[in-house]
Parts: sequence; C-alpha cells; structure tokens
Amino acid sequence: MSQVDLPATIDAIRRVREDPHRLGHRGHGPEGPVVGAGHGRTGPASKRIVVGYGFWIFLLSDIIMFSCFFATFAVLRGSTAGGPTAAQIVEMPRVGLETGALLLSSYTCGLSFAATNARSKLWTQVFLLVTGLLGLAFVAMELQEFISLAGRGITPQRSGFLTSFFGLVGLHGLHVTVAGMWLATMMAQVQLKGFRREIIHRLICFNLFWHALDIVWIGIFTIVYLMGVTA
Amino acid sequence: MSNLEYDPHLYTGNLDHREDHAPGDEPEESAGHWVLNSNLGLGFSIVLTAAAFYLAGSHLIWGPAVPVALIVLAIAQMGVHLVYFLHVTTGPDNTNNVLALAFGILVVFLIVAGSIWIMGHLNQNMMPMDQLMDMRR
Repeated sequence: MSQVDLPATIDAIRRVREDPHRLGHRGHGPEGPVVGAGHGRTGPASKRIVVGYGFWIFLLSDIIMFSCFFATFAVLRGSTAGGPTAAQIVEMPRVGLETGALLLSSYTCGLSFAATNARSKLWTQVFLLVTGLLGLAFVAMELQEFISLAGRGITPQRSGFLTSFFGLVGLHGLHVTVAGMWLATMMAQVQLKGFRREIIHRLICFNLFWHALDIVWIGIFTIVYLMGVTA
Repeated sequence: MSNLEYDPHLYTGNLDHREDHAPGDEPEESAGHWVLNSNLGLGFSIVLTAAAFYLAGSHLIWGPAVPVALIVLAIAQMGVHLVYFLHVTTGPDNTNNVLALAFGILVVFLIVAGSIWIMGHLNQNMMPMDQLMDMRR
C-alpha cells in the first residue's frame, strides 16, 4: 500500500493528472486513512462500494414491501369465509421440495461468486446455470401448486385468507421469476464481456438479490406453510 | 466505464482492507474463503430447516409452543443467511450496512406488529357482523 501512495509513483501521478478534481484521491502519509469507516477525508467510496450499498438499500425497501404482504396475511389468515383453511391447502412434500431447491440455489449462487473471485469464467457460468435451473424448478413447482388449487376452485377471490395467501406467495414467485431473467442476462454478459468491473458489480448485486429472496422464503415457509399446518 | 475513477482494485491489484464494504462483498478474495462460507451457510440452513419441518409435523414439544419455536428457527436461519451468504459482519467496515439493516428491521417490525395489534383491537371492538347486518335493515 505505502508504495502506491507515494506521490512520485507513476500511478499517483497518473491519478492526479487524469482527474482534475482528484475525486476519490486518498490521503497519504500521516494524514492517510485510518482503520475503520466513515472518514470523509479519504474521499468518496469506490464505485464497487457505492453500487453494492445502493442495492442493499433497495433490497431493504423490497423487504419492507414484503412485510406489508406478511402483515396482510397475518391479519387475514383466519378470514376464510367458510372456504378452505391453510391446513387444507398445504401440501407439505411440495413445500419441502421448494425449500430445498431454493436453499440449494442460494448455495450454488454463493459458489458462483467464489468462482467469480477466482476469475474462473467456466465455473461462474456452471454455478449460475445450476442456480437458474433450481430457481426454475422452484417456480415450476409453485405454478403447479397454484394451478392445482385453482382447478379445485381455490382462487384469490374465494376469501380474504386466499387473497393474502396468493398475494404473498405469488409476489415471491414473481420475484424469483424476474431474478431468473436477470440471471440469464448476467450469464450472457459474463460470457460476452468477461469480468469487467461493472460486470462484477452487477454480479454482487445479483447475489444479494438471490440471497434476499431465499431469506423472504424462510419467512413464507415458516409463517404461511408450517404455522398454517400446525394452527 | 472510465478507468479514471479511483478503485483500489485498479491501483493495488487487490481490495483495500481499510475501506468500507458493501454487503455481499469482502476484502478477502480467495475462493476457498467464499466456498467455506457457502458450505457453512448451507450446513446450518439444512439443520435449521430440517428442525423446523420436523417440529411442525411432530408432537415433540408442547403444542402451543410450536409457532414460537418455528419463528425462533426462522430468525436463526435468517441470521445464518446474513452472515454466511450476504457476508454482513460486525466489523467497522460494515457499520453502514448494519445500520441500514437495523432500520429496515425496525420498519418491518412496526408494519407487521402494528398491523396485527391494530387489527386485533379493531376485531375485538367491532360489532359482530350479524348485528351490523341487522342494523342496516
């Protein structure tokens, strides 16, 4: 580190000359950055941090939206209007499979970023593909569940409970579907553009999104399915 | 993208350990570290998920306590995901991430607990539906 910050190094000269505003120019010598965070004198954070943190804020707002759906479900779970209750529409083996598929996909997503850090295009693609296929299996199982319920006349219009059930579970399924499209886009970008910095920033964001979806699913399988069966 | 922007990767070839870090990102770049984290996350998650599914279908613990146990297991698994998959740590480079997360959790808590609380009281204080119907006649 100390070599880089010496004013006489080529890097430092280039950095000062190329950027007239010296944006993000780190202090050096005794005035240099201190261990820890939030030191304004070290200049703005790098793009990698700004992008990741901005996406983190988006994810938290997304989770707040999910919390509204969770609150609706919690309030309406007993309002079955004489229709089926949660215990009557839940198929535990299917929920177990869905949970397994999503958890495994979260795992392979983490592995894909490990491969990204090792700059291995092949393994990044392999693990992203496995992640996408597991996500597809999850969406397919959920779709099948919805279709089979609809075939028995169990639709969102039937009762307040079913409205909130299809709303919450469907919103999550929609998120997984959109994330799957993003995943396919990222695979194409990694293939064609390689590990450029902005591509790695996008991969970081995609990883965050996929893991956040798994966290929301933990809430769904616990509150909607498991607690629905035991209640 | 411009190469003029300061990025520790560009100038030193590795992440600056003194900088802040966004969630999902860490100064440690070796693949082994990331694979280990994923393995630990998967292991803990499988144990917690299996425990939740087992408890929901068995009479191992007292009936009314099952929902509480399920919620505790769910929160534990969310913690596991945050630590091992999202790489949120307690270090000084993660202060901003943790503060934003804490605010998010506060809002989620207010929305969920507030809704249940208010609607519960509303249900209690509201006239039963059949009487309401009688009044309208």
